[in-house]
Amino acid sequence: MSSSNPQALLIPLLLAAIGALLFWAFWSGLTGHEGERLAALALERVPESGASNPVTSVLLNFRAYDTLLELAVLLAALLGIWSLGPAAAPYQRASLLLDSLVGWVVPMLIIAGGYLLWIGGQAPGGAFQAGALLGAAGVTLALSGRPNAGLPGEAWLRVLAALGTLVFALIGLTLMGVGLGFLTYPPALAKALILTIETGATLSIGATLAAAFLGGRPRAKRNAEP
Amino acid sequence: MNPLLLGFDILLSTTLLGLALAALTSREPRRGVILFIAFGLLLALVWARLRAPDLALAEAAIGAGLAGALMLSAARRAARRR
Repeated sequence: MSSSNPQALLIPLLLAAIGALLFWAFWSGLTGHEGERLAALALERVPESGASNPVTSVLLNFRAYDTLLELAVLLAALLGIWSLGPAAAPYQRASLLLDSLVGWVVPMLIIAGGYLLWIGGQAPGGAFQAGALLGAAGVTLALSGRPNAGLPGEAWLRVLAALGTLVFALIGLTLMGVGLGFLTYPPALAKALILTIETGATLSIGATLAAAFLGGRPRAKRNAEP
Repeated sequence: MNPLLLGFDILLSTTLLGLALAALTSREPRRGVILFIAFGLLLALVWARLRAPDLALAEAAIGAGLAGALMLSAARRAARRR
């Protein structure tokens, strides 16, 4: 990289400009407004949200639209990775010692993921953390030489990757059809709906992250083990 | 404020800034990624100190763990292609 390249100067300048803009937004957010802040308002209504953990109630109830878009971003990222070409060749099979350790670690990661998903309603945890653990289980499997990181074939993998966004959007649209707003849960059903959405989201996030680690479209089974 | 905690916070934030600088200026991609993983783990500690355990969990699992694994495999591929 030579400094005579005009891009080498342009990129830091642009980054500095974006940084200054973000800092200005942050600063005016801190000092600009008078009057009631959203935090107190939201905290007051946590008991009606279907989750007693305030973070979960914001992520999946008050600000559910944002979380739906986050899941869509993950899906789009996976599509981008798949469009790059086929996945890298699988790692070589791990030695006996590492292989049996993986046999212990992966079930524990899955159980811990389920625990984080369930506890997210009352305490720190939730779909993204639980999905990350499932993804880590997939990465562990891939590193120890399992083809496709323990993921199902491409047809089922597509279903899994889209599941979170699909369940989220379907619930939102159904609520809209019943006459409530998009993703406006009735308080009596809120907990069940949030848990359904989070379960779908966890599976999707886990599958997406593990598939992203493979770095390309999954190989057909017959190519996976030459 | 407890002076011991204050000292810990100062140590934590200066180490964090140092790690960020080292990760950004590292010439070798693999080294940079490993420094970034260490940065992510310390950042998780910072979130925990700011009493945001949800963010600390997400940062440790996604920011340090999975993003680190993704970037390590990307660095490995880039090195092979060179």
